[in-house]
Amino acid sequence: MAEVLVVTSGKGGVGKTTTTAALGAALAYDGERVVVVDFDVGLRNLDLVLGAERRVVFDLINVIQGVAKLSQALIRDKRLDNLYLLPASQTRDKEALTEEGVARVIAELRTRFDWIICDSPAGIERGATLAMRHADAAIIVTNPEVSSVRDSDRIIGLLDSKTARAERGEFVDKRLLITRYQPTRAARGEMLTIDDVLEILSTPLIGIIPESEEVLRASNVGSPVTLNNALSAPARAYFDAARRLRGDDIAMLVPSESKSFLNRLFGRKAA
Amino acid sequence: MNLFHLLRRGSAPIARERLQILLAHERVARNQPDLLGILREEILEVISRHVAYEPDKVQIKMDRGRSVSTLEVEIEIPNGFGGAMLRVF
Repeated sequence: MAEVLVVTSGKGGVGKTTTTAALGAALAYDGERVVVVDFDVGLRNLDLVLGAERRVVFDLINVIQGVAKLSQALIRDKRLDNLYLLPASQTRDKEALTEEGVARVIAELRTRFDWIICDSPAGIERGATLAMRHADAAIIVTNPEVSSVRDSDRIIGLLDSKTARAERGEFVDKRLLITRYQPTRAARGEMLTIDDVLEILSTPLIGIIPESEEVLRASNVGSPVTLNNALSAPARAYFDAARRLRGDDIAMLVPSESKSFLNRLFGRKAA
Repeated sequence: MNLFHLLRRGSAPIARERLQILLAHERVARNQPDLLGILREEILEVISRHVAYEPDKVQIKMDRGRSVSTLEVEIEIPNGFGGAMLRVF
């Protein structure tokens, strides 16, 4: 059974594209057939984060308009055979993203893949509502920061009212992914804690991704963080989240970078 | 929350409290018409029936609190009507 998963947040810059790439690669690494779909028409970036930017020929809009077949637009990942990308269009014509067209493409993807991960654009406009439209499950990416939490609350409201499932009287399975978390700052009362965010948003947690320089390093070289350095703290956190998505029961820990003795000795200042 | 609290506990508890109040309002507003907004419109409509006021001489303040919200409408009425300042709380 194919599962359509939307990665959404409302607010921009919280890590939707990073998360889509990292989870997509983690699921594919674990043997699932995965396609990641970029819904950010006009501002595509999933291709860049996956390192496939020079291989884009056709895109989602081309498929919707019948210019290209789905099989022509899908780009296979060079590292993982069972990971595919359906890129967004760089043209500004967002109107081309029609509800019927998206429904048709998602239905076709359901026959070919185990996981269809839709990378939502920021905001609550057409692109964002269409990205969540056919979702069975949603990952709401949230930073422990007031504006991100507020926007997540708004998105949760949309998932409960504007999705196909909501309109049929069913629920979208919503999970929170907290990114850029800094346990030491939270412990000092400088950052909202995991419990604060969970209590405010009343939504179950799928993972906690610690703040890490590995995320930028991975996007610099065009590789999902889970493939670029699988042993890094954010990669392990994403692998755990991916396994929870598959139904595994994994303890919720915040992975930390393994530190050498000297780093431990001097690291406190930098923390 | 005073400076002492801020230094001792950090700013996260303030963030938490502000979010709780804000989201409580926004969640209600999502499912219902905005009561304060409707009151504001209707009060102005009633006043405009009797008095010609300049729209830019109307000051409206809202404060959404945890248990009580206030709407303050202050309208400057031209001299022909006695030059009064009308305040609705």
